[in-house]
Amino acid sequence: MEPEPLLEEAPLSVEAELDIMTIGVRALRGRARRALGAAADIRHNVGAMVGVVLLAFVVLLAIVGPGITGHSSTFQDLNNSLAPPSAHHLLGTDELGRDIAARVVAGARISLVVAVIVLGLASVVGGLLGLLAGYYGGIVDGVIMRVADLFFAFPQFLLAMAIVAALGHSLNHAILSVAIAYWPRYARLMRAGILSAKTTVYVRAAEALGCTSPRIMLRHLVPNCVSPLLIQATMDAGIAILTTASLSFVGLGATPPTPEWGAMITEGRDYITTAWWIPFFPGLMISIAVAGFMFLGDGLRDSFDPRVRNRIGF
Amino acid sequence: MIGLLARRTASLVLVLIGVSIITFTISHVIPGNPAAAAAGSNASPEQIAAVNKRLGLDKPLPEQYVIYVKRLLHGDFGESIVSAGPVSADFTARLPASSELALAAILLYIPLGIGLGVLSARAPGRWADAGSRVFAVLGVSVPVFWLALVAQLVFSGHWHWLPSTGRLGAGVAPPPHVTGFFTIDAILAGQWSTLGDALRHLVMPAVVLAVTNLAVLARMTRSSMLEVIGQDYIRTARAKGVSELRLLTRHALKNALIPVVTVIAVQMAGLIAWQFLVEYVYSWPGIGSWAVTGITNSDFNVVMMVALFGATLYVVLNFLADAAYIVLDPRIRDATE
Repeated sequence: MEPEPLLEEAPLSVEAELDIMTIGVRALRGRARRALGAAADIRHNVGAMVGVVLLAFVVLLAIVGPGITGHSSTFQDLNNSLAPPSAHHLLGTDELGRDIAARVVAGARISLVVAVIVLGLASVVGGLLGLLAGYYGGIVDGVIMRVADLFFAFPQFLLAMAIVAALGHSLNHAILSVAIAYWPRYARLMRAGILSAKTTVYVRAAEALGCTSPRIMLRHLVPNCVSPLLIQATMDAGIAILTTASLSFVGLGATPPTPEWGAMITEGRDYITTAWWIPFFPGLMISIAVAGFMFLGDGLRDSFDPRVRNRIGF
Repeated sequence: MIGLLARRTASLVLVLIGVSIITFTISHVIPGNPAAAAAGSNASPEQIAAVNKRLGLDKPLPEQYVIYVKRLLHGDFGESIVSAGPVSADFTARLPASSELALAAILLYIPLGIGLGVLSARAPGRWADAGSRVFAVLGVSVPVFWLALVAQLVFSGHWHWLPSTGRLGAGVAPPPHVTGFFTIDAILAGQWSTLGDALRHLVMPAVVLAVTNLAVLARMTRSSMLEVIGQDYIRTARAKGVSELRLLTRHALKNALIPVVTVIAVQMAGLIAWQFLVEYVYSWPGIGSWAVTGITNSDFNVVMMVALFGATLYVVLNFLADAAYIVLDPRIRDATE
């Protein structure tokens, strides 16, 4: 006598599930091999290594924190204001006698958090919408992608600026508005990836075996489509830092006394001729952080997609 | 070709409608605006309600949108809370200053960027390549407002070569108004010392604005040239004994420039945004510094008008690039529709 099935409605037979897994594992293995190859490639890619070194520097500063400078980022020493860089204050002090080095280091943490939140929001929301558009097609695709097109028509900085101006000036609103300006490109990337992955044999197999839509999307499609999004996010991280700093510079983002780099440059602007170190070092740090992400993203793109190498720009 | 152009024009109109939907959403749907802003910060609820009624903000959203677009088409962008006059009047007064700066930057960076790109494509050596790559990444990474401040520090603060802010020195009267461009108006009026002063004020902001875009353009031109140079017809031309200069300019560059036109159009988004920051740093009396002051004063209509203008300009420039593409590229021009 046949044994009773354990479940009333087993969604898939064990064999079918195994088959899908075999195909999936094969795809995974190929992906892992490509990723390893790319990682090995990156070690020979000078640009990417420069990026890694620059970013390591910024991340290290953010982790160790202002304490490394021997000063607090908020302590005001009015007897010692506008002091030039010296052995005691490595990068000098500002108009309130605060240590610039400590404030620049505190700013590293803010900028990295900003980059992570902006890209987290933009890539998750954009990626999800792109996934729905690519998988379902038809009217869902039409509506989502037309809305994305609208956002593409607007220069990103202007869009972010207009949104923060309406929401009210604050760092949180600046972060939100930059994410709103950025999500469409993630939607496009994800949709393009899904459209090509949808026709592959392993997805057809999963469909034929009756996998549910969410399962196909999340288990089979998404893992094969995320790497272009990750590369884009790495390159955009730099631009996100730059855009947020620019918003803070014009008074739309972080406000004093927050040690955000853009806001520090605004504060120090009036002292450019008398105490150049106040605006100079925060700007240098923005350049280092942004260049780090740019070099790394650039190298990642080369390594993952050799067709791009030498074809498109920097 | 005509059909293609007509279709692009139709899509231009659609995109412009899209832009107005976005600005409408920002100014009407996000809570707190614009009635509260228009009524001032100390307004009582009754005053805000009155403003709501006057601006039609108590009507349903689609109706509000129609009113909004009608006002835009009539050139009514609201009033400035600072000047108390219509925003569009301030805008018109400040437009020439911005156009002059933008044109100066464009005239600097496009020929230089394309020239550098062609040069580096001629000899794609390892070091030249690495050098231009580093330059390109730096061009994108260095914040333009910081570069502007550093230039100010070095060239005005330290060496006193150039004036640090403004369009003309104190005591120098602007030339008679013809185009609104101080350089051109000075030439027309034959006021050579005014021309010199205007140029000395223009050079630093224009160069800073150009440098940030130059590197990327050079890089794009280089890769586009390299792709074209590798093609058979170039080898054929070379085999027939065409001189290297003629080969580069007449044969290669002509085809290589087609994608570059698109790059330039896309770069305009960056140029428009960076111009805000550069104008602000150099107190250049244009639209950008006006917008930043508008932000500081919470002068919402100013910010929205500038955003709308920037987006429209960007969309139109991209449309023109597309149109140029259709006219220039025979593969698209003669494609059967």
